[in-house]
Amino acid sequence: MAKPPLIDIRGLSVGFRGRTGALLPVLHGIDLQVCRGESIGIVGESGSGKSTLALAAMGYLKHGLQKILGEVIYGGADMFARSPAQLAKIRGGQLGLIPQNSGQALTPTMRIGRQLDEALRLHCSLPEGSHTARAIELLTQVRLPDPATILRRYPHELSGGQQQRVAIAMALAGEPDALLLDEPTTGLDVTTQAHILDLLRELARARNMAMVYVSHDLGVIARVCDRVQVLYAGETVLEGPVRAVLKTPAHPYARGLLAAIPRLGDRTLPRALEGRPPAPGADRTGCAFAPRCAIATDHCHTLHPPMVASATGQATRCFYPEQTSEIDMTGSGAPLSCCAENSPLALSLNGVAIRYDRPGTLARILPARTRPPATVDDITLRLTMGETLGLVGESGSGKSTILKTIAGLLPPAEGTLTLGDGTALTPRVEQRRPDQLRRIQMVFQNPDESLNPRQSVADILGQPLRLYFGLKGSELRARATDLLGTVRLGAHYLDRRPGQLSGGEKQRVAIARAFAANPEIVLCDEITSALDVSVQAAVLELLNDLKARHQTTFVFVSHDLTVVRALSDRVAVLYQGRLCEIGPAAAVYAAPSHPYTKVLLNAVLEPDPDHAPNLLTEDATELSPPARGCPFQRRCPVKCGSVCDTDTPPWQEAEGGHAIRCHIPLKDLRETGT
Amino acid sequence: MIQLLLRRLALGFITVWLVSVIIFLGVEALPGDACTAVLERDAHGEALAKCRADMGLDAPALTRYVDWAGGAIMGDFGVSANGQERISEIVGYRVRNSLLLAAGALSVGIPLSIFLGAMAGLWRDTWVDILFSTGAIFAMTIPEFVAATILILIFAIWLGWVPAIVLTPADAPPLEFFPEFVLAAVVLTMIMIAHIMRMVRSSVIEVMASDYVQMATLKGVPYWQIVFRHALPNALLPAINVIALTVAWLLGGVVVVEVVFNYPGLGRLLIDAISDRDLPVVQAITMIVAATYVGVNLVADILGLILNPRLRSHHMRRG
Repeated sequence: MAKPPLIDIRGLSVGFRGRTGALLPVLHGIDLQVCRGESIGIVGESGSGKSTLALAAMGYLKHGLQKILGEVIYGGADMFARSPAQLAKIRGGQLGLIPQNSGQALTPTMRIGRQLDEALRLHCSLPEGSHTARAIELLTQVRLPDPATILRRYPHELSGGQQQRVAIAMALAGEPDALLLDEPTTGLDVTTQAHILDLLRELARARNMAMVYVSHDLGVIARVCDRVQVLYAGETVLEGPVRAVLKTPAHPYARGLLAAIPRLGDRTLPRALEGRPPAPGADRTGCAFAPRCAIATDHCHTLHPPMVASATGQATRCFYPEQTSEIDMTGSGAPLSCCAENSPLALSLNGVAIRYDRPGTLARILPARTRPPATVDDITLRLTMGETLGLVGESGSGKSTILKTIAGLLPPAEGTLTLGDGTALTPRVEQRRPDQLRRIQMVFQNPDESLNPRQSVADILGQPLRLYFGLKGSELRARATDLLGTVRLGAHYLDRRPGQLSGGEKQRVAIARAFAANPEIVLCDEITSALDVSVQAAVLELLNDLKARHQTTFVFVSHDLTVVRALSDRVAVLYQGRLCEIGPAAAVYAAPSHPYTKVLLNAVLEPDPDHAPNLLTEDATELSPPARGCPFQRRCPVKCGSVCDTDTPPWQEAEGGHAIRCHIPLKDLRETGT
Repeated sequence: MIQLLLRRLALGFITVWLVSVIIFLGVEALPGDACTAVLERDAHGEALAKCRADMGLDAPALTRYVDWAGGAIMGDFGVSANGQERISEIVGYRVRNSLLLAAGALSVGIPLSIFLGAMAGLWRDTWVDILFSTGAIFAMTIPEFVAATILILIFAIWLGWVPAIVLTPADAPPLEFFPEFVLAAVVLTMIMIAHIMRMVRSSVIEVMASDYVQMATLKGVPYWQIVFRHALPNALLPAINVIALTVAWLLGGVVVVEVVFNYPGLGRLLIDAISDRDLPVVQAITMIVAATYVGVNLVADILGLILNPRLRSHHMRRG
């Protein structure tokens, strides 16, 4: 194609000054061309420099970064050579940015209307008085319901999906030629993500816009991009059409990444990619990926490979592109450990309801109003020893709330919790006896926040050992070393502090801390969602291992259905704090029956260009559960009538402990298919 | 939101009430009372009993507290111990004078410190920042009596621009304090600027590094529009409480500065009352200062609620 590129990045290197004063590069000679109407994906793990690249395309570098070499040509001139006034005209005008976290990227003290108005005034010459009408038009274009109301709202009054749509509308206000998207759907629910991606595809097609789409998620890239560039440690290692890159990647790193992604249809664990990328400024005589590469030779360690053309239109930075096909891209083949049938009971929740709102002093004095429905209601679950129960649902589904209640952080408003031996579980953690405390341990989402940065790993692991088992001195250290061994970390980690560990290592320490108590039940709250896929795969493998070796019961909460699939024996699907469907993971994933489960599973993106999500319902935002009837009544694609609004649906039992809560007869649910 | 305001208001009243109880009990616990102070060596026998009966000091403590607190609510703090004057009259002028001094210091100090703080934050780590920040710290670390003395030496004695001390009587009309009170106001401004400035500086730095300022930049918003529209309204939110504390501190009568300049404000009165062992006056001043602190902080809370949309509707959504 002889089309001249719209954005032409040539040999761009960007770096920062390290503490020693040396210039440490985070981007190494990146080339990137985007044509009008084309959509390019930039993939890489955290620290690969992908966001820096997207922002550099707008001539912007974060505080502390500086350009070393190269240029970003847009509109015939280098973006880095333009004056601030010229840049301001292009930014938000011809080049629009859609940020990762719109909740933080919208100014909190300004109403949506004012922020949109600002963008319109800067980049469009509209007649006075027509700005509001245009703003409403833009919000309608991004399919926000009731745009006139949204204009008067502050950013924090919108849901994540709505904020993201507002950000898209704001980028569209300048009638852009190209959109730069920095992980725009990360952190959104699967259904919302699928809807936003659909919207972006349509907008790009309708306006013939170019898109540079930065993401760590190959599933997202597969859905929206024509071409992909894979970044590794600030360097392009693979470039090519999306289909070729995802189906037959010609670089070992890309194959490793793909193998690390858990898939819905796979009953084996994903394969972890060991090791970690070199730090900025590290020695780069050889191939940056060589230390982690399965097919690396001496040659790879001593010479830096150039980009070479390879089969199926890809360009790869590898000496041996033909041999990469030897690297297995499927899961590890490690069988999932399964719990024994009919094991004894570990914990049961009986009709548990949880509320966040507590009537204040004033509310108690004033005449009673009707209380809003409970955040989580009517949860009855039985957990057996050694079983892993996955709790899935979108944000606000109450899955983490249930964990908090089991952990004793949030006492239930109604219902009871009973341990396996028949004793009642004390509702508040501060009133639990050490024995009960020991039996239930929790691993949190973000190890940066759950590990005390001032304690060494030995202190972190030592605390539960001292507290529950009274260990001291060398005995304590020996046991802590053992624990590190079970999470596959060497004894030399004992004297490190969390700040000296990588994200995956920190999460392993957090898991080791939970296991230090020799617990019966381990609560895992989104424990892999802050990790890169390759690291996530390693943590999943570790958990699978621990599950097989100890008779531990796991309650595994995640918004990622594929991760839950990879680990759980049973799955419970929650919507608005109410159970919709529960059953053996294999059964639920193979034959999802509840309309909501179908909606969820159909929205999952796979790293496969031939796979398209099937959007069954709108992603309307719901702030509180309905007072009566089925929790899913407002979004259900197959709602059967007024009975859904008035009556709580009954449990319908299917084979093997699979149960569905719906008014529609089981037979019909199965037949409506997906 | 109304509920939140009512709760804050109620808490404010409870605080003031607790302070009144503590002050009253504190004065009770001291050996001697107003009569022993007035009568001095004659404080025994019949004279003491008569004085106590006259001043109502022989009533039970609870009755006296109710009388005193009830009067205080109406603005009547009773009669001073020595001069037989109505406290509300003496204190009234003094409060006005302290307000005058505080208003002078604040009207210059707050805008100036916000301006300096914002500049230091925007040009962080440049000579502007270093100059402003060290200057402010320097001004803050000099004890106020030293600063006052130096200023008097320079402007009153060497240059002779303004009188060194204030000789105007407490009940003079406000205009007569000018220009005598200028030096006192300058000293107060110097001390308070550093606090507010450093707060504004760090919060401007934080806000300028935020995602929404980056987004505004990449939306093509010109720099100064970003600063005034996107950054400052957010950066000033955390500064409100620091400003409130400074205001309360100034209104509470800054004892040392008032004494050095012989300024007839609340602080001077407090010192005089203490040396005269005029307990009713001390009680009254302490109550006024306490109520000021509570009141100003309440205003800061309300202002914060008005300016911060997230606080205003934080009950609407839960994360």
